[in-house]
Amino acid sequence: MSATVAIMRERFDPSRHGALLALAVILLFNLLVTPNFLQAQTLFVNISQVATIAIVAMGMTLVIATGGIDLSVGAIMALSGALAPLIFLSDFAAANPTLGLTASIVVPVFVALCCGIFNGVLVSFLNVQPIVATLIFFISGRGLAQVLTNGNLQTFTNPSFSYLGTGRVLGLPFQGWLVLLIALILYWVVTRSIFGRQLLAVGGNERAARLSGIPVHRVKIGAYVICAGLSGLAGLIVVAINSASDAARIGNLMELDAIAAAVVGGTLLQGGRAPIFGAILGAVIIQLVKYTLLANGIADEVALIAKAGIIIAAVYLQQARKE
Amino acid sequence: MTDFIQMTGIGKSFAGIIALKDASLAIRPGEVHAIIGQNGAGKSTLIKILTGVYRRDAGDVRKDGKPLAVSTPREAQDAGIATIYQELSLVPLRSVTENVVMGYEPRTRFGLIDWKAAHARTREILARFGVDVDVTRQLGSYSTAIQQLVAIARAVSLDAKLVIMDEATSSLDDQEIETLFSVVRNLRDSGVAVLYISHFLDELYQICDRVTIMRDGQTVATHVVAETTKLGLVSEMLGRDASEIQAAGLTALSGGHGNPGEVLLEAEGLRSKTGLRGTSFNIRKREIVGLGGLLGSGRTEAARAVFGLDAVSEGRVRHHSGAALDTPAQAIALGMGFLTEDRKADGIIPHMSVRENITLAMLPRLKRMGAVDRERERELVAHYIDALQIKTSGMEQPIRELSGGNQQKVLLARWLALEPEILILDEPTRGVDVGAKFEIQSIIRKQVADGLAVLLISSEFEELVEGADRIVVLQEGRSVSELQNPGITEGALINAIAHHHERSVA
Repeated sequence: MSATVAIMRERFDPSRHGALLALAVILLFNLLVTPNFLQAQTLFVNISQVATIAIVAMGMTLVIATGGIDLSVGAIMALSGALAPLIFLSDFAAANPTLGLTASIVVPVFVALCCGIFNGVLVSFLNVQPIVATLIFFISGRGLAQVLTNGNLQTFTNPSFSYLGTGRVLGLPFQGWLVLLIALILYWVVTRSIFGRQLLAVGGNERAARLSGIPVHRVKIGAYVICAGLSGLAGLIVVAINSASDAARIGNLMELDAIAAAVVGGTLLQGGRAPIFGAILGAVIIQLVKYTLLANGIADEVALIAKAGIIIAAVYLQQARKE
Repeated sequence: MTDFIQMTGIGKSFAGIIALKDASLAIRPGEVHAIIGQNGAGKSTLIKILTGVYRRDAGDVRKDGKPLAVSTPREAQDAGIATIYQELSLVPLRSVTENVVMGYEPRTRFGLIDWKAAHARTREILARFGVDVDVTRQLGSYSTAIQQLVAIARAVSLDAKLVIMDEATSSLDDQEIETLFSVVRNLRDSGVAVLYISHFLDELYQICDRVTIMRDGQTVATHVVAETTKLGLVSEMLGRDASEIQAAGLTALSGGHGNPGEVLLEAEGLRSKTGLRGTSFNIRKREIVGLGGLLGSGRTEAARAVFGLDAVSEGRVRHHSGAALDTPAQAIALGMGFLTEDRKADGIIPHMSVRENITLAMLPRLKRMGAVDRERERELVAHYIDALQIKTSGMEQPIRELSGGNQQKVLLARWLALEPEILILDEPTRGVDVGAKFEIQSIIRKQVADGLAVLLISSEFEELVEGADRIVVLQEGRSVSELQNPGITEGALINAIAHHHERSVA
């Protein structure tokens, strides 16, 4: 009896299905109004643009699931995005193209992971408020990136590296497949792995988790490290798409998009839930709203207001869900 | 003398659980009145009804003989009832004056705050308490005691006729307590009534005129303090007539018939910042060791220290394996479990299912290639749901939807699933209905027969006396004596607790 009630409740969960409904409305609106919406080109553009938001939003979802938040994602994107061209444009890479290319992907992601360790240690061992702890890189990360590049725009022609942002697999953008791959891995992590179970327990009730012997510090650091690593990867994709790296602009305001996507996707800000595919759904909605307004000749500034509206609606639905 | 506040027939229940049933309280003007009772006796619920935090379901509240209707704390304040909480509700970053006059600032002709008048008034009130401080300085720069006095000053400045002090002395040192007491006497002499809530019986005898005892949501009795004895108060608080029980002798279910094995864990002279001041005890195989004592005697703190949750500043905890025991994870790895007192804050993960809650502490053992071995997990969970008769629609049901007793069984299953060597049970049957309580107790008993060692903490003396093989009596963070079953009676236990109380005064 109460099982059916539980299932029914699951079925009509507004915080999850509200997002699907929103997606349906946006798609329908576009089909009716936006010219050439059903073109393959539209799909490609949207996939290649939504990928970075989705990748970062998945990492953000893990951090929020621990009850934290990560404001440094955009700055870490800039840092890794600035590092990559520095490496593959160096003399070393000119001499060893393969090694240089590998390093230009591995090193920035590694640096990003280190930033994640820093965030995680501050939040867990030093008990700094997540918003303050990640504010450190939010402020300094982009500055560091600009110092590294002397504030210059780095342009390049490197087809191998650009594959990250412009390549196609089975006719669809490479980064779309990358999102899918990461999502499948993270979904497995959240629903099946020990770490995932511990992550949700820490977010659900940290004191109980600690009492049950869960390594709370390590789990939190893990979440920040994954989030930072994914941000680093997203930074590389942005650079690859543009064939140019501008430390001042890569990942600008990404933290807000990622948080918004996670919330729209049904992540509870107080922690304890990590809907990975929800984060992707949230990212898609945010991207489509941006696209819809743009494609219909409405200024970008208005899109910001629309985004705010979506967040309000999502938070409202979350509040309504609380008993 | 007519009563200033008269509460009669007060009833209140939360989600079907009765918190107060026909409770009453009468406070005369200008008296210091104490309320005592065990945890969950209904003291704070009764006070929250008086101060408008909760709405009563039944009963009558009168002030000066006229019905009193307050539904918010602000209305209570306007009716002359002020509350000084344990955690002060003041603003430490603002000046002393601002804290005293906040919300009731004197105004100049132009509608601005008249700071001169405000400072003067604050100084005058504090001077009446013998407190001389710079009222323009930040409140936070003064000690807790001064802050507490400022809170009282605020109450007085609002013309309070009744000041409620909830555990006011818990964070003060002896001298500060003395200052506070003189302020309380000062208030009394000026006709203000004080309602005093404290776990320290000694304080009652120092400043209180009358005392109301509560138990199980009911008012048991009101006495003139001078006419009571500590033993009498303790036995009334616990609902046991000490001498009668002493005469009745041993109950049928008592422990002490077991055959305890080797010592598994030994705590020696534990001291900690959390209030332990020399606690020693040991736990042996196939044995239930009870920790007896009043609230605040350090029972839970001792358990937390043993489990590696709180750091110990002196003394040590020795596990028979010789391994270090500094964190809960280490304790669990050594085969220990800790069923905590506060189910909601320390126990359940509300969003998670019954299944996930049961296996939370044993995740490392369910590991198969980095993942949770779901098949074994299901088997185990099904086994414990069946063995402990957990009433649930299925193992996937979120734990928050279960009743209190069933949540408690899930948490018990969490620890039993570890097949522990030592299990700490802090109030294992609190807030659990009678049926589930009996089931939980018999599950524990069966496990002990199979070799489990249990450290049992319970505010219910019956549970301790009947369940434990030995009871270590704690008082103010010290282990003061040990009782051995068979032979323990509730009277004997009460005696042990109260006796040491008397001695500590002398």
